[in-house]
This record gives sequence, structure tokens and C-alpha cells, in this order.
Amino acid sequence: MSTVAIIDYGAGNLRSAANAFERVAASLVNSPEIIVTADPEVVRRADRIMLPGVGAFADCKAGLDAVAGMTEVLEERVIRGTTPFLGVCVGMQLLAGEGREKVITEGLGWIPGAVEKIKPTDPNLKIPHMGWNTISVLKPHALLAGIPDGPDGLHAYFVHSYHFLTEDPAHLLATTDYGGTVTACVGRDNIFGTQFHPEKSQALGLKLIENFLGWTP
Amino acid sequence: MTLKTRIIPCLDVAGGRVVKGVNFVDLIDAGDPVQAAIAYDAAGADELTFLDITASHEGRDTIFDVVARTAEHCFMPVTVGGGVRTVEDIRKLLLAGADKVAINSAAVNDPDFIARAADKFGNQCIVVSVDAKQRLDAKVGGDNRSEWEIFTHGGRRPTGIDAVEFAAKMVERGAGELLVTSMDRDGTKSGFDLKLTRAIADSVEVPVIASGGVGKLQDLVDGVTEGHASAVLAASIFHFGTFTIPEAKRYMLEHGIAMRMDAAA
Repeated sequence: MSTVAIIDYGAGNLRSAANAFERVAASLVNSPEIIVTADPEVVRRADRIMLPGVGAFADCKAGLDAVAGMTEVLEERVIRGTTPFLGVCVGMQLLAGEGREKVITEGLGWIPGAVEKIKPTDPNLKIPHMGWNTISVLKPHALLAGIPDGPDGLHAYFVHSYHFLTEDPAHLLATTDYGGTVTACVGRDNIFGTQFHPEKSQALGLKLIENFLGWTP
Repeated sequence: MTLKTRIIPCLDVAGGRVVKGVNFVDLIDAGDPVQAAIAYDAAGADELTFLDITASHEGRDTIFDVVARTAEHCFMPVTVGGGVRTVEDIRKLLLAGADKVAINSAAVNDPDFIARAADKFGNQCIVVSVDAKQRLDAKVGGDNRSEWEIFTHGGRRPTGIDAVEFAAKMVERGAGELLVTSMDRDGTKSGFDLKLTRAIADSVEVPVIASGGVGKLQDLVDGVTEGHASAVLAASIFHFGTFTIPEAKRYMLEHGIAMRMDAAA
């Protein structure tokens, strides 16, 4: 049986993520096993890896760093290897070279860029950007296949005040609009990240998770 | 593309059971909050709020089971309020599957609790419940005071704290969202206190959820257009089947408010 490791580093709504993955996994012919784990060895053996994350960038990075050996295993499997990887919310933002939330914090640096505060042109727009918004797919991607986008498309659930500005436009895969363009999905090779929460995004989210579980980058 | 206005049904829960029951035709057990949650999820609710009003200490733990079972079936954001007093309370609710917690009395008693909670779990999951009433002593105090005062203990205990000032202070401490309930309007079906909602929404950067008093669909529209709320919360109009979530969404859409219609499509 193949396995999907959801990384437990003290940050994130792990139960919600695991529930959504388990729901999708159960509907597949060869159901993968969903494992919530803080053990780098379990992550090393996993066929797919998901990194959740809610809260502040610096806290999440500190939390990840506090799990001995985890970042090393992630780099071995995802950067030097080809294990499919999904980062969600701050778990996606951590892919950046640096986070600029309150303090400057070094990220994993897997996708060049920085995480900066959203600055809506309309001052009446609330921060955080919290709730349901549609997305625009800039570059077709296996994880976004079968998801209707654009103003009449399905909605994704966002809750964030900062977003990922990629250095290379090729790494920006989907956006949303909130008084300006806001990053929704980033990726390269076997790495994919969503600013929104697939595990809270009903139909859109379950489809994205299904796509991830079948993804062969 | 626009961020959509959220409709949030609220279920009052005591000892793991829905208080007053939910009048949906298809429910086998109208008192089971999880079945009600699943029905609201299918109907296209944008979020769900459980308010735990369990009086006894012994019944308190039942909410964790309700949240855990809901999170297994509903893939939308869930907020839990009522009796959240410690960082440990929040951790247990989040681990059970809640996405946000609503804090009331503990925020009034110790504003720094909000700062500690936001530092620990992130602003996005800390909702502060602002339960406000028109002042009885409107003439007491200075010119800087608004017309509303904060109440705790389900609206029974006045605090003398100014509602608009309190709201701003909570956001400063790290609240990511405010649930503004008019205790004067709650249960009256006479509409939100729009002046109160607007006074707070216009003075803070974070989203405001309007609550208390919804009786008709126009009240929901007014909460957004006149109250400047980002989300509207209602209980009885949905529980008792007066209106369905899709009806409410369609009405708001027809009145120029951007709504998420995924479930209806």
C-alpha cells in the first residue's frame, strides 16, 4: 500500500487535512494510507508528502526546524528525489526563500521568492483575506485538472494576510483577485503549493486532493 | 473575481445536543448537531458555527466529540464558541477539527489572553465575540464613548466597557475576526443592529460577522450593505426552515451581493 505523509510539526489543522485526504483516499481503487507523522523516517518512506501550516511564517518555520532531521529528509525526498509534494497555506509559503511577516525569516528556498503582506488597492477591503474566492489558472497543471476556474468557477477557501510573490513568473500557477492579484498556487517539477485550504474547500478542494493522490510528476 | 459574502448558520449545542432542535425534513435525529452540520454543508453554507452553551462542567467534553464527528464529514470551516478560556481549550478544539474559536468572557476578563492565543495559533483562528447592548446609562461617561456596552455571560452581565473601543483593542491584540452580536436584537427577528455593526466594521481592519436579530432575508442584505459586515450569522431562520441557505444566497445575489453559488450550480 502506498502512503501519504502529512507532516505534524505542531502547526496546522492536521485533523481537518487528514479527514479530507482520508475521504478522497477511500474513494480510490488503490487507497493510499494517510499517515499524520512527526517521524522523518516515516516521511522518508512515504510516496507523497503534504506539509500543512497555519499561523505566522516565523512560528511555522521554527516549528519545522524543531523536528530533528525533518528538513533534511524533505530535501532528500523532494529536492534531490522526485516525491510529489503539496504545501498548504503557510506550508506553501515556507517554500519561499524568505518570509517577511513581522520579522524576516529564511524559508526553505525551494521556489525563489518572498512572502509579503497583501496590499489591496481598495482600503475598505478587510485583512485577512478570509472566505471564498474563485481562482484563475495561469498555467494548466495536473493538480488543477477538472477544476472550473474563472469568475463562474468553483470557489476555494482562503484565510491569510500574506502571500507568495515568486521571482520567476513560471512558478506562479494560479491567482485570485482581492483588490489586486493574489497568489493562489505555485509550483515547479514535483512541488505544488496552495495558499487556500483544499481541506476546507468542499468540491474544489476534494478534487485537488484527488489529483494530488494520482499525480505522477 | 471577488471575495464572497459568507452565510454562517449557528447551532447552539448543550451536552452534545442541538438546543431547541433543527427543523429539517430529512433529519433522522433533529437533535444531533452533526446531522444538522452535514445538512448545512450540503446546502452550501459557507462556514458553520457551534456555540456550546453547556451549563454543567460534566457536559463540557461533549463538544469535542461533536466537532470531531463534524470534521469527518464537512469540508468547510467550523468555528466553536462558548466556554473557551485557556490556551489548552483552544488546542483541544483545533485538534478535534475546529478551524477557529470564538472567545467572549475570557477576552473581556483578560485581553492579553487574545494576544497569547493569537501568538500560539495565529490570528486567523481567533474570533472575538463582541456581545453588545445599547447603554442604559447613555449620559454617563465622556464624548468618546459609543452607544454600546459589552456584556458577558450570554448578555446577562454588563461590564461598562465600550463596545467599539473593545473591538479595536481586540484586533490590536490579534483577533482575526469579530463576531458582533446585538444582545438587544438577539431572538427578536427585527434585523441586525446595523448602526452597531457598522460602527465596529468601519473601525477595524479585520472582517466582521453580523449576528443577532435576523428575521427575514432583507436583514441579511442590510447587514452587508448597511452594516458593512463581511459575513452574516443566523440561527433560527435556518433551523426552523423559514428559509433555506440557497434561498438566502439567491436573495442576496439578486440584491447585488457577491455570493458563492457552487452548491446550487
